[in-house]
Amino acid sequence: MSNPPVLSLTSVSLSLRGNAGTVDILHDINLDIHAGETVGMVGPSGSGKSSLLMLMGGLERATGGQIMALGQDLGPMNEDALARFRRAHMGVVFQSFHLIPTMTALENVAVPLELAGDADAFDRAADELTTVGLGHRLDHYPAQMSGGEQQRVALARASAPRPEILLADEPTGNLDGSNGAAVVDLLFGLQEKHGATLVLVTHAMELAERCSRVVRLRDGRIDAEEAQLQAAQ
Amino acid sequence: MSSVALATRFARRELRTGLRGFGIFLACLALGVAAIAAVGSVRASIEAGLAREGAALLGGDAELELTYRFANEAEAAWMAQTAQAVSEIVDFRSMAVADVDGVTERGLTQVKAVDDAYPLVGTVVLSPDIPLDQALAGDENPGGVMEPVLADRMGLNVGDTFRLGTQDFTLTALIEVEPDSSAGGFGLGPRTIVRTVDLENSTLLEPGTLFSTKYRLDLPAGADLDATRQEVATQFAESGARWTDARNGAPGIAEFVDRLGAFLILVGLSGLAVGGVGVSAAVRSYLGTKTSVIATLKTLGADRNTIFLTYVFQIAVLTAIGLVLGLILGAALPLIFAPIIEAQLPVPAAFAIYPGPLFEAAIYGTLAAAIFTLWPLARAEEVRAAALFRDALGAGRLLPAPRYLLGTIALAALLITAAALFSETWMLTLWTAGGIIGSLVVLAAAALLTRFLAARATRLKATRGKTSLRLALGAIGGPREEATSVVLSLGLGLSVLAAVGQIDGNLRGAINGELPDVAPSYFFVDIQNDQLPGFRERLDTDPQVSRVDTAPMLRGIITRINGQPARDVAGDHWVLEGDRGITYSTEIPTNTSVTEGEWWDADYAGPPLISFAAEEALEMGLNIGDELTINILGRDITGTIASFREVDFSNAGIGFILSMNPGALAGAPHTHIATVYAEEEAEAPILRDLSNQFPNITAIRVRDAIDRVSGLLSGLAAATSYGASATLLTGFLVLIGAAAAGQRARTYEAAVLKTLGAARRTILGSFALRSALMGLAAGTVALFAGCLGGWAVATYVLDTSFSVIWPSALTIIAAGIATTLLAGLAFSWGPLAARPAQVLRNRE
Repeated sequence: MSNPPVLSLTSVSLSLRGNAGTVDILHDINLDIHAGETVGMVGPSGSGKSSLLMLMGGLERATGGQIMALGQDLGPMNEDALARFRRAHMGVVFQSFHLIPTMTALENVAVPLELAGDADAFDRAADELTTVGLGHRLDHYPAQMSGGEQQRVALARASAPRPEILLADEPTGNLDGSNGAAVVDLLFGLQEKHGATLVLVTHAMELAERCSRVVRLRDGRIDAEEAQLQAAQ
Repeated sequence: MSSVALATRFARRELRTGLRGFGIFLACLALGVAAIAAVGSVRASIEAGLAREGAALLGGDAELELTYRFANEAEAAWMAQTAQAVSEIVDFRSMAVADVDGVTERGLTQVKAVDDAYPLVGTVVLSPDIPLDQALAGDENPGGVMEPVLADRMGLNVGDTFRLGTQDFTLTALIEVEPDSSAGGFGLGPRTIVRTVDLENSTLLEPGTLFSTKYRLDLPAGADLDATRQEVATQFAESGARWTDARNGAPGIAEFVDRLGAFLILVGLSGLAVGGVGVSAAVRSYLGTKTSVIATLKTLGADRNTIFLTYVFQIAVLTAIGLVLGLILGAALPLIFAPIIEAQLPVPAAFAIYPGPLFEAAIYGTLAAAIFTLWPLARAEEVRAAALFRDALGAGRLLPAPRYLLGTIALAALLITAAALFSETWMLTLWTAGGIIGSLVVLAAAALLTRFLAARATRLKATRGKTSLRLALGAIGGPREEATSVVLSLGLGLSVLAAVGQIDGNLRGAINGELPDVAPSYFFVDIQNDQLPGFRERLDTDPQVSRVDTAPMLRGIITRINGQPARDVAGDHWVLEGDRGITYSTEIPTNTSVTEGEWWDADYAGPPLISFAAEEALEMGLNIGDELTINILGRDITGTIASFREVDFSNAGIGFILSMNPGALAGAPHTHIATVYAEEEAEAPILRDLSNQFPNITAIRVRDAIDRVSGLLSGLAAATSYGASATLLTGFLVLIGAAAAGQRARTYEAAVLKTLGAARRTILGSFALRSALMGLAAGTVALFAGCLGGWAVATYVLDTSFSVIWPSALTIIAAGIATTLLAGLAFSWGPLAARPAQVLRNRE
């Protein structure tokens, strides 16, 4: 591919220091993701896939290596700069939704637009909720909605600012089969519709295989086979 | 959209869910503010009452007071010219004597001798209800009226005869209301009112006798009080005349109320500090529940400033609600309890809503809330987006960013400055602030130490097999912050109470315990020169009298130091307030020693020389060789300071600030003062014999004086204890908050323990033990802090020795344990009753 990658990770490592000592989570990760790609990251529990996603979103800081997003090095950015970068370019979806319980569905979706200074934040948020099939639940609080509905609000919130990069961490992990399938359809639909780059962390292989590329992680490293595949690409 | 606008919007949305979880926050703040507002409102009500009734309290629009003498011609002429009416009052202590059923009864009384014009303002109400002039006219004897307490003490009824000096009076009525009673200040005896003219043959107003005259002036309407006061200051600058006017009709009481009010507000501030701990814990706990919201907002692109402001606005709204609640409570309580408070007050009070004290309380509340919420708020912005998926790793910083640390220091400085400005007592404010901050630091360190020791103790072999103890120690030493909140809040509340207990106990000890061992039985005043030999003879021959000290005594006012007005040189030192006793002596008195300079020779006959009390001289900045001008009986005597002496006032013996060479005071009419040290059973015969022989002599029984002072102290200690109780109540609220905040964790802990096979008794034992241990820690630190505070006040403020009052100290520790146990157990029933399966399922 001739265009520079949207996300480029070079020799990235992550260690976390806790009360019980230092834990090495990721080692020597090298990965390029290009515009419009959909990348599924799979691996057993504790392999470091969620941590890798958080590094890509600037939610966690790498202890080694370099992470470039849209040509910008995330390393030197401080917390606020990272927040502004996400505001402008990224949408994140979590397994546990992480909706703000004191805000309605509409307000939750409007938050990133408001932060970006969008004058039509609420109109756009309403449109987005309608797109995910929740036009009738704008004024409901998270606690008044089912898990599937909450995740659809989270999807709408992530995609409303039209981010170039969509990061999804186990988006169906807390949902039953039918709700999970509906959310996945929506996720891929939104990605396709807006042309964003999607990085999806999942346990489910069949879900990962819907992506244009699959990255396998084991013990904090990208599996050799996948790395070769990536190099061949 | 700006950060401020966005933060406001986010804050509004967060607050829509109501005030649940903020009960302790609001209660702590409201209680602290209410206590200060209530004390301030009562003070303002009394001040307003004093101002409104100023003329009645003073007995005229203005008063000129002279010591030891009547007004001279010039003064009388000026008063006649300036005022529409003048009333002359003579005030002195004396002994009322009566023969009741063959027994001679004696009572110390404060005599007010009046003229026909008295009272210029107000009315003396008597029982039976007859006019004062009719009561004082009498029958075959002149009439006199006295306070019921004196009549009761002496067994007198209306119609009986009593004696002042050598003059008989008929008790024609009892005093029910004396309008100008508070202007007299602190008197040792109840009041008797007679006519001055009737005292002519009493031998009580002989030259040299201790009395003061008060000239009450009825000034023309619209008279300029400031100008008149200035006129007096100019015309009678050196005569020792003291001016008071109706704007401050009872200056002694006004000053006392002001000081006590300021002191109680400072006690109230300590309550606010305790409440602050609760407020801080509540904000920390609230923000703890908001970690995921903050992290989510950060994930969505909110910067630190927006996050910080979002929560600042929420806390600001809550603070405003707490303040309003506190102010309403603080303004309403004095109004509700007005009848009860008024009945307890010796002065009038005008109860109303006063904006001044409410504003003061609001300022304190706002600043305290800002100080105690800034740190937890600062931690809000430190929450990282990664907290959404990982909260176990990475502990928060102990201290916030430097800008918040500086902000906290600046706010604390602002609060202390505000308190000092409002209370007008810088030293006391700084002492209090130092005490509160010092206690908070010591308590915070103690909390950390307690947690550290508890964590270490869980690893000791000695605790193995003792499940309840290990669990309790683990809970205290674990990552939850309940121990810190409990030790800080309860510890601070108990510290204040412990300090009050220690100060009160030591003061009482100094007065009741130590003094009587060395203090004399009686003070005798107004002994005339020719009476002294007879007086000494009666006492020197009594084997039960161990010691008699006598000294000549005059009273005078220091008017100038080295030719300058004394107050310009030495400020408002107490020695310059009014007249002081002055003595003369050839030899150095046996109980004093010269610390600097030299005592005059026995045959010295040169210009007047002065020996001054060393400590007071140092405070006033006096040096050997300085010249003092003293006005004695209207005559100026200028002398040179020749020496400084150590004077011990603590044993109630004779101690004079000023002593002069005999020649300096030759010719000045004077009397003698005597102290008599005797066995208790000899006291009554001595009083009987001396007052029969010398009716004009006044005896003051030291035990009675001590009782009177003790009574006054009891009132002060009670008022302070009420203030400290409000602090403790706030501490208890914080404790409940901490216990409530920990209930969820305790419920989970109980469920896991039950799953693992722990009986409810074991779990309850563990809960009780941890509460008791935290209470013990808080109580122990409070004891230490309270004793330290008590020692500082005793040593530096009261200038008395200090010893730990153990009963009070141990009560504090017991109270600490009992209080935490109570709060802890109250919040244990829920966790114990919860079904484990349900709890554990909800946790997943």
